Amino acid sequence: MNTLFKLVGVTSMLALGAAVPALAQEVNIYTTREPGLIQPILDAFTAETGVKVNTVFLESGLIERVQAEGESSPADLLMTVDFGALIDLVNAGVTQPVDSEALESAIPASLRDADGNWFALSGRARVVYVAKDLDLDSITYEQLADEQFRGKLCIRSGQHPYNTALFAAYMAKHGEEATKTWLEGLKANQARAAAGGDRDGARDIAAGICDIAVANSYYYGLMASGAGGDEQKAWAEEVKVILPTFEGGGTLVNVSGAAVAAHAPNRDEAVQLLEYLASDEAQKLYAEANFEYPVSTTAEVQPIIAAFGTLNPDSQSLTEILPFRARASELVDEVNFDTFGN
Amino acid sequence: MADLTMTRPRRRHFGINVWAAGAFAAAALALVPIVTIALTAMADTGGLWGHIVQFVLPQATWNTLVLLAGSGLIATIVGTGAAWLVTAYDFRGRWFLEWGLLLPLAVPTYIMAYAYLDILNPLGPVQGVLRWVLGYSSPRQFRLPDIRAMWGAILVFGFVLYPYVYLTARAMFLTQAANVIEVARTLGVPRSAIFWRVALPLARPAVAVGVSLALMEVLNDVGASQFLGVRTLTATVYTTWIVRTDLAGAAQIAISMLAIVLAMLVLERWARRKQRFASAAQNARQMQRQRLRGLTALFAFLFGALPIAIGFAGPALYLIVAAIRRIEFAGFSNALLRATINTVSVSAMATVVIVLIGFALAYAARLHRSAWTEGAMRIASLGYAVPGTVLALGILVPVAAFDRTLGNLWHAWTGLPGTLLLLGSGAALIYAYSTRFLAISVGGIDAGLSRIPPAYDYAARTLGRSASGTLFAVHLPLSRSALTAAGLLVFVDCMKELPATLLLRPLNFESLATLLYGEAARGTYEDAALAALIIVAIGILPVVLLARTSSQPAA
Repeated sequence: MNTLFKLVGVTSMLALGAAVPALAQEVNIYTTREPGLIQPILDAFTAETGVKVNTVFLESGLIERVQAEGESSPADLLMTVDFGALIDLVNAGVTQPVDSEALESAIPASLRDADGNWFALSGRARVVYVAKDLDLDSITYEQLADEQFRGKLCIRSGQHPYNTALFAAYMAKHGEEATKTWLEGLKANQARAAAGGDRDGARDIAAGICDIAVANSYYYGLMASGAGGDEQKAWAEEVKVILPTFEGGGTLVNVSGAAVAAHAPNRDEAVQLLEYLASDEAQKLYAEANFEYPVSTTAEVQPIIAAFGTLNPDSQSLTEILPFRARASELVDEVNFDTFGN
Repeated sequence: MADLTMTRPRRRHFGINVWAAGAFAAAALALVPIVTIALTAMADTGGLWGHIVQFVLPQATWNTLVLLAGSGLIATIVGTGAAWLVTAYDFRGRWFLEWGLLLPLAVPTYIMAYAYLDILNPLGPVQGVLRWVLGYSSPRQFRLPDIRAMWGAILVFGFVLYPYVYLTARAMFLTQAANVIEVARTLGVPRSAIFWRVALPLARPAVAVGVSLALMEVLNDVGASQFLGVRTLTATVYTTWIVRTDLAGAAQIAISMLAIVLAMLVLERWARRKQRFASAAQNARQMQRQRLRGLTALFAFLFGALPIAIGFAGPALYLIVAAIRRIEFAGFSNALLRATINTVSVSAMATVVIVLIGFALAYAARLHRSAWTEGAMRIASLGYAVPGTVLALGILVPVAAFDRTLGNLWHAWTGLPGTLLLLGSGAALIYAYSTRFLAISVGGIDAGLSRIPPAYDYAARTLGRSASGTLFAVHLPLSRSALTAAGLLVFVDCMKELPATLLLRPLNFESLATLLYGEAARGTYEDAALAALIIVAIGILPVVLLARTSSQPAA
């Protein structure tokens, strides 16, 4: 056994030797967002600055990993989707404040932490896909629970962060009791199990399973543009997109964002990359390659997305919604949202 | 075990202690992550536990039990039936079924689930043809029930996991059945009753082992049940951790699950405590196969081909079609090639380690069968019963602590910045795979070794061989096929492993499974098809080899 462990040790030393990069300028990203999505932007950054970008996609457990690695962590920039996840990073103590004029002028104050611990980099609206032939041109989030949609709604798991953010926002506005009633209505309206991803909503509308589906805005752009292949383009052709609003309010816009890691070994490069991601050039790429809403007020929205109409973000700030997330997630269990039928 | 237990040699040989020490060390290493999880579970959950007990656990437990019972039943019927079909009968195409029935092992459950979601979707080929035949023009007029339901999940798991039962049941039929069956026939049991009255009771321990492996896979799954909308306990562990950011609560559910699995395993061992059959390896003969002809032979073939069609051909064809579309659309990427190399090399290294440790554990138990060595084997196998995501967390914390300590020492010694040795190099993955899959190698090798009669050991030792001499002259040659089979199964499982790889891999390192997962996370499932196809294609090779090694009776 001893020889065995020595063998393993030596092998890993060798592997490590091979893995240690030359001392060129570089920046390491830990991301819960699939890096393929932002790869074109990272490539553009490397081309412009010569700083090499290394990534690892950690779908879950990013916080645990950074915490466990502690002061030895190679992570420089932490990227996540969903504002709740961004604030979780701060609460877990794995971020550090950044003071940058470039970031402050590019990103509106409501979309970044006052202390500079996190910055939103792109926005996505929680919208409704509707069957093309359905006579429906506007809808509120409240109406999603209406009886007219009984058995006609497609939605992913109620525990997915995109949905818990929506439910938390609802709760912040209407209180716990009303939210529970609303969730019971949503459940009664389900046409199939609350499972899969947002694109399945468009597919299932095309397949005649449901009439309306709750989904994120950029998925429509990815499908309709043909970026997801011909099959998905055909799904998009069967649906139209409505920007829903809260009664007397606006549309829920969630964010993707980034924070500089507390023990970042390449802090300067991390800030440099962050500033690049907020620049007009990168914001344009976010909009064009990913069909997201740019956070920079000077960058333009991609035409497919702009065709939904004028986005009127709800006035509740994301930090106001956050305290309701845990309870909203519990309500999802209490109404048995994710078990279809009973 | 009474008939196999070696009496303790009077003079304790040094070799015994080395093996036992190795076994204890391996068991301790395998126990580290589980202890970590248990410690995590002791943290405060801030009153959430009450909510989980009231609203989450009842439904999730019920779903999990139904899923386990349903898929276990399918796996048992299909696996045992198919194993009997190819060992008891001979017909045209039997040789194909014999190895073809193992093919679903190459398909990860999450890929299977996704493939059927697409194949059986109203827009998919099956319903398209059905509508065309029935004369409907739109899915709004006619469609089949949605597969995203419990029955869909049961079918998916049952048909992708039956090979675990097939493998163990077939090995039992091949090596043990012939003598007993011939005796039964001599005593007048009709051919038609042999299966129910002799073969099936005889194969029960083997079937139990196969089913428990299959059920552990069901318990470990997160992806397939996410796709199919079945909220299992494992899915609950995941949401408790991620959505509610309550790691302690998640660890508590995971530990409770582990306790249930252990209770099941103990019960299963207790139920068959009196059923130990050992026949000398050299006596094992294949039973005479009954020749089938004409229509009966055709039906036999079709019955055997059905599980292959559902568990392998369907998803494989789907992946091929999707991959071709993808190649036309975007070509073959370098990233895919790198991921393939990563996957194969890390899986191969892990396999070597896992088989060596598995052998050490099983061999220590053979040389010195005691509560201690038996216990070491059981403890080392525990990791298989813990959901991969949770196990990965249990590994992350101690491995990172080790890395940091080492890094600090290195820094103090050389003044150079410390790096993360295990996490940074990918060695943490090998540790994770070892903890996760030791059960497969220990179980298989132990079973293989137990088929070698203790009399051989006595003979070798009486003739003057040392303990290690006996190892090389007797045990290794006679357990070669068990070692190979264990290695191949472990390799395929390492290749498919997702949650631990996702959490513990170094920067810029993708395996095929993580690449696939990343693309699925983006929603670009067609891109994922190519990676999935490579996983399945590489998986076929060891599966075919496995079929070859396991068709040789005993050693």
